[in-house]
Order: sequence, then C-alpha cells, then structure tokens
Amino acid sequence: MRHEPVLTFTPKGIYCAAGDFYIDPWQRVDRALITHGHADHARGGMGRYLATHDALPVMRHRLGEINAEGIAYGERLTIGGAVVSFHPAGHVPGSAQIRVEVAGQIWVASGDYKVIDDGLSAPFEPLPCHHFITESTFGLPVFRWEPQETVARQINDWWRTCASDGKTAILGAYSLGKAQRLLSMLAPEIGPILCHTAIENTNAVLRDQGFALPDTILADKDATAKTHPGAIVVAPPSALGSAWSKKFGRQESGFASGWMAMRGVRRRRAGDRGFIISDHADWAGLLWAIRETKAENIYVTHGYTEIFSRYLNENGWNAQVVPTQFEGESLEASDERDNAA
Amino acid sequence: MKQFASLFSTIDQSTKTTVKVNALTAYFNAADDIDKLWTIALFSGRRPKRAVTTTRLREWGAEVAGIPLWLFEECYPIVGDLAETIALVLPPNETRDNRSISQWINNLREVYKADDEAKKAFVLDAWARLGGTERFIFNKLITGGMRVGVSQKLMTRALARATDRDEAEMAHRLMGNWHPDDTTWHALIEAEDASADASRPYPFYLAYALENGPEHLKAPADWRAEWKWDGIRGQLIVRDGAHFVWSRGEELMTDRFPELARAVDFLPNGTVLDGELLVWQDGADAPDSFNKLQARIGRKTVPKKLLKDAPVLLHAYDLLEWEGEDIRQAPFKERRALLEKACADLPPDAPIRLSPQLDFNGWDDLHSFRDGARDAQAEGLMLKRADSPYLAGRKKGDWWKWKLAPLTIDAVMIYAQSGSGRRANLFTDFTFAVRDGPDLVPFTKAYSGLTDAEFRKITAWVRKNTLQRFGPVRQVKPHHVFEIAFEGIQASPRHKSGVALRFPRMLRWRHDKPLEEANTLEDLNEMLRIYG
Repeated sequence: MRHEPVLTFTPKGIYCAAGDFYIDPWQRVDRALITHGHADHARGGMGRYLATHDALPVMRHRLGEINAEGIAYGERLTIGGAVVSFHPAGHVPGSAQIRVEVAGQIWVASGDYKVIDDGLSAPFEPLPCHHFITESTFGLPVFRWEPQETVARQINDWWRTCASDGKTAILGAYSLGKAQRLLSMLAPEIGPILCHTAIENTNAVLRDQGFALPDTILADKDATAKTHPGAIVVAPPSALGSAWSKKFGRQESGFASGWMAMRGVRRRRAGDRGFIISDHADWAGLLWAIRETKAENIYVTHGYTEIFSRYLNENGWNAQVVPTQFEGESLEASDERDNAA
Repeated sequence: MKQFASLFSTIDQSTKTTVKVNALTAYFNAADDIDKLWTIALFSGRRPKRAVTTTRLREWGAEVAGIPLWLFEECYPIVGDLAETIALVLPPNETRDNRSISQWINNLREVYKADDEAKKAFVLDAWARLGGTERFIFNKLITGGMRVGVSQKLMTRALARATDRDEAEMAHRLMGNWHPDDTTWHALIEAEDASADASRPYPFYLAYALENGPEHLKAPADWRAEWKWDGIRGQLIVRDGAHFVWSRGEELMTDRFPELARAVDFLPNGTVLDGELLVWQDGADAPDSFNKLQARIGRKTVPKKLLKDAPVLLHAYDLLEWEGEDIRQAPFKERRALLEKACADLPPDAPIRLSPQLDFNGWDDLHSFRDGARDAQAEGLMLKRADSPYLAGRKKGDWWKWKLAPLTIDAVMIYAQSGSGRRANLFTDFTFAVRDGPDLVPFTKAYSGLTDAEFRKITAWVRKNTLQRFGPVRQVKPHHVFEIAFEGIQASPRHKSGVALRFPRMLRWRHDKPLEEANTLEDLNEMLRIYG
C-alpha cells in the first residue's frame, strides 16, 4: 500500500499536510514547530510557535514577542491528523528532534544533533522511525571528534599557559549553545571567566531555566586585563581581533569549532589556536544515529549532502538529498550572523 | 619524530613570528645535526625521494580507514592536502615509536627500491605506530612539500641566532641546490668556506611597490631609474668555467636557457649578474610579450624551433660578484660602473645586454617615461638609490618598483569553485564573462583580490544561487559584476573569447553595477587591438 508522505519539502520549509504545520520554516507560516533556537531554524514572523519548554526562553529572548506554546520532551500532542512529540537532539539546551506519526507512518525531523552527552543539553535519544531527516554538516569520514574531556584539557592547558605568560585568553564561540558548553568545560580555579554581552545575555536566560553554568563576569567597558588578570574571555567569533578585544592587552585568541579539524581552515580562521569541538554529529555519530532509527528512508539536508547520501545508498539505505536553507555550523555565516553552533 | 613534530605543531599553531623563531632556535640548539639538516631541508622545500606513489597511498589509506576509494577522493579536495586527508581518515592512534625524523627518512629510503608489497607493509606499520601530528608528518615525508608557516627569512634568523652568525651569511649558505644526501650540517652551516659550491647564488634583493609616485623620495639626483621589464628575474653565475642560471624562486634554470651557455665566452670567471630574462627578437627594439616567454619557462629542454621563435636574452642590471669577489656591499653606482665595464666589450650577438638607465632630471621626466612604458614593453619603472648596497630579500627604502596602473574591465561572474588548503570550504576560484548580445562569453579566471570577508559573503551567495553543478564547479546566476585588473592582453586561439590575460585578479566587487553595465566582447577586442 502506498502512503502519502507525512512530511514534504516545500519552498517554505518541511510541511506536514495531515497536521497543516511546518517544521523550522524559513518563510512566514501560520503554525511552526521549532527544533531549536538558532536563527536558521527559529525565524521570526510565524503565526504560532511550538517548541520545547527548554527552547522557548531563548527563542523569546531572540525573537521578542511571539505567540508560542511549550511542550515537554516525550509529550504527545495531536495536531489535525498527526501525532507529534519532541525528543532530545543533544545539539544545544532545549533542542529537539520532532517525531510525526500519521496513520502508523513515523517520520523524524532531527534538526541539528550530536550524539555525545555534553553534560548540558538533554542527550540525544534515537527514535525508531520509517523516515529520518538528517543533517550532514560534518558528513565526511575526515571528521572525528575527540572525547569532550580531551578538548576540555586542551582548552584549560592553553588558558593556563596564557595566564602564566601574562596574556588574556580570548575564546571565540557562538553565543547560544557552544559558548555555554565551553563555559561548563572550563576549570574556574585558573582565573576569572569573562563573557561578551551577547553571550552573557544568553547565559542569564539559561541560568534562569536552571542550567548549571560556572560563575562568569560580564565583559563590560570597565573589564580589562588590569582588572581581571589571567582571565579567559568567551566572545562571539566576530569579536576576535576586533577593537573591542584590544582592551584585554597582550592576548591569544582561540576558536572552537568542528571546522578546526582541517588544518587549512584552522590556519585561516583560528587566530592562535583552534579547538576541534562541535555541537553536530561527526561521521561515526551520524551513521550511528541513522542505524539506531532503523529507518530505511533517509533525507539528507544541510552539509555534505551529496557525498553523504551516496554513501548511504551504497550501504543499503534509500537516501536522497533535500534542499534546505539550514546552515549547520557554517564557518562562513559565523561572521555575519552569530547563529550557528 | 616527537621532537620534530613538537616543533612543527608550535610553528603551525602560531601566527606570531617571535614564537616561531624561538621554537626554531630552541630546536637548532637541541636536536642532532642530521635532524637539524633535514629540518632546514624540509622547511626549504627539499624532500626525500618519493618512495611510494600517491595512487598507492590513497588506496592503502582508504583500505585501512575502511571507506570506499571514491569517498576518500571526495574528501581530498575538501581537505586540500593528501597527507592530511589520510591522517584524518585513519583510525585514531597514539604514537608508540622513538625514531627521529632523519631515521624515518632513512627507513623510507630503504624501501625506495622494494616492491609494492614491502612498501605497503612499511607504510601500514608506520601508520599503526604513529598517531596525530606524527602520522601527518610521516605522510608529508612521502607526498613531499612540508609547507608550514616558516619563511626562509624566519628560518635564517633562527639559524643565525642558534649558531651565532650573521643573518645575511646564513641566507647565502642556504641558497642553491644543496641536498641533505650530499652535505652535512657542518659543511652547510658551520664550515669556513661557504662559497665552496660554484653554483651557489646570492639571495635576491626585492623591491617594494611605490604606491603614490616618487615625489616623497626627495632629491631625484640620489636615484637611478630603469625600465621594469616584464620577464623573469634571473641570476647568471660564471665560475670555474661553468655557468648557472637561477630563478628568483631558487630554481636552477641553466638547461632551460641554452642561449646563455655562451656567457662563459664573454664574461670572466667570478662574475655574477642580476637581470631579467626576456624574449627579444634579433634587431627588435623592444622585447616580446611575457606570453612568449611563458612557452620557454615550461620547457626543461628546448626544441630548436622554439629556440628560434623565442630567443632569450639576459638584460643585466646589477653586478653582485666581480673577479671572484662579493661586491654586494659596494654602492649601486659603483656596481653599475663595473657592470658597464663588464658589458662594454660584449659583441652585438651576445646573449647578455646591459639594461639601460633612463636619463632624467626631475620627477616630471620620470612621469613621462612611465607613461611610455607600455610602448617599451615594460611594466613600469624601477628606482634604485645610487648609494645603496645590494641587500637580501624584500627590504624597504632603497629599491622601488613603480608599476603602471593595470588595465581593467568589468565582468560578470558565471562559475565558482571552492579553494583548497587554507581556502577549503570557501568559494575563491571564479570564471568571468563579458557580454556578447544576449550571451555571456567566459574570458578569464581569477582567484585573488577579495578580502576574507568578501570571500565569505560571495561564498554564502554562491551556495544559494547555484544553477548547476559540474563536479566541483558551480554555475551561478549571472548577477555580480567585478572589476578585473590585469597586466596585459594577448590573442589566444586556445580560449573561447580569443584572448588571454596576464595576471588577472579581482580589483573590486562592483555592487553598484547591474549586469547590463558589464563590458562587452567588443570592448575586450578593442583592448586587444590597443594593448595586445
């Protein structure tokens, strides 16, 4: 028996006809189900929003007044002919995969995800389904993430060396998700932790929700290398090397991103140090997640879509590339828009 | 390998010269002579003989990584470096091996003549023993070209510091075609007689660009002017009855320019000339275009017909060694006087000519000379301070190049391709077209000239405006107009547009210009008529 597809890919975004709603739409629609608060997934101007309780505060902070409802992880909600539920995607605090079931057909739109537990976001939960929509930001076998504690040690060693050399360590990271994950990895005994305004604002929102972050200091105009010797400053990538960073005197800059796995990119973008850490799944993580879903049909969205889907097709899946406007952890977008981690 | 890998990582991770020089100095003070020798060899582009083909290396890499070869081949252009791609796809590993860099090179040399099976066993064993940076370096030893952010200048500085010698002397010692296989650390760096090798060239002195005219150079009488030729910079050495021709890139080009063999008939032993290699037809009063010379550069041996069609001369403009003596410290006017003397008796058919100086009284005269540079097939003018010594490398103050403003044309971007290495993940290689009625005719590629921020912006745009893909090349919506600057234009039957440009680059992104205001094929042909 042939089923109508539960989800279709339209110019406005991923659409569910049975429930008449969109997932992470990039044009104005009446009803939007949002996987997480990054700007390429949660856009303004939708009639109604539905997102996890954990994702909503940041969305409100970023989008202003919105008409939004919250939902708990795992809670089932019937919308028209569809039953929807949100499940942890492990990408950033509050991020979700959205499961949609219509007449026994189960589809999962996973948004952005990573499969390791970062200690802050609810860990990724594989969902058995028939159709799985996956990202492929790092969908090449050259991407392999080291355990989080290894990267934490590298960052803390670097900070310690900077501090003992009388330099300020300035660490570039996107303001939602990556920055807080890094904060939770820092060893506070090394020195004071300062945050750029964009990041400190997001910290405040997440702290209100009960996320445990170390004590941080707002890097306002009075904060300098003199007032806070031996500090690490966490700032959006665009602030690295800017006039703003000058007040921290002698300094080294670091950049934390999955792209730092490539030496060429590291040399182009890293400043003094590049740390390889991402909120997206690496090659092995993507394949593990796909296997766990038991899905036969895979839709590959942003990233190395063509290469990744060819590999899936050669290995027994029925995979296809679908066009999207999601950016994943886009190195290029990071300077213009502080959105993707 | 650990010691070398740690040096490599420190240099690779830092953008600061002091950090790099300190790391190198510490290494030169601590490492064994043979490892130091190989380190300067590797960092100056010398490498062990290739023992394994890259085809085999790719196959074995994919096999050990457990991925299909096509997938490996897809990763390679994205990473931009074969050695790194292999290091990234192999299963992770800790290094369990104590061999030094030179020991590894020796082991590599031992399998040079072995069969594929033995080579494979050696490579797979190395991959199993080495992890992280060490594995990457091992791959680099095989694939060659250890490019790292160390200029010859930095290495020279660190060597000078570690050995307590003069930087200029060290620069001279590192020149030429030495190889670790036939020298030692002592002979190369420490031995008293540094000029033992007859072929060893001097470091070239390089000029800075003069941006706003010569007026700020004060007294015109302190300066000498020459044409800035559009050829290849070359150093001609006559010593011990033999001659050697070196390019600025320290490539030995003696065999490529057999015309210069006769130099030994005209110049005494112990003579070193600095000048420009140009294609110059018998009896012509200006050289041929750079295009003509290009046919000669690509050839290691030159067929007779080409030798006749594109005869090469050296236009000499400086004298570095005379009667066996290094005279680089003498003022330019004295070196020039000696050069004129050396060239005075050259017969008209000699392959060497004296590059003329331009007579001028004030800067106004020079402006008019520069305006006529294109007619003389020159790129502009060179200004040299009369009492300046011949320095090593690019130094500000005594030598200036005052180039002509480039030719420019407004063109439409139609194809984009991503770069590799440092520019992986960015669209940086573009094809441009001119309008021809309703059509767009591609006429040049360009890779440089935009800022990093502009490259990021155009990359985001390309992603959203791709019409079609041809492998790595994307056809994009014809929309953006760029001002393309170039140094010269030539008819070329090999190009669809019928022209070939010299050194095209993006001068400006013309956000203000709509597609309809881009230049036409007719405009391009008109430029060819005037400047070709």
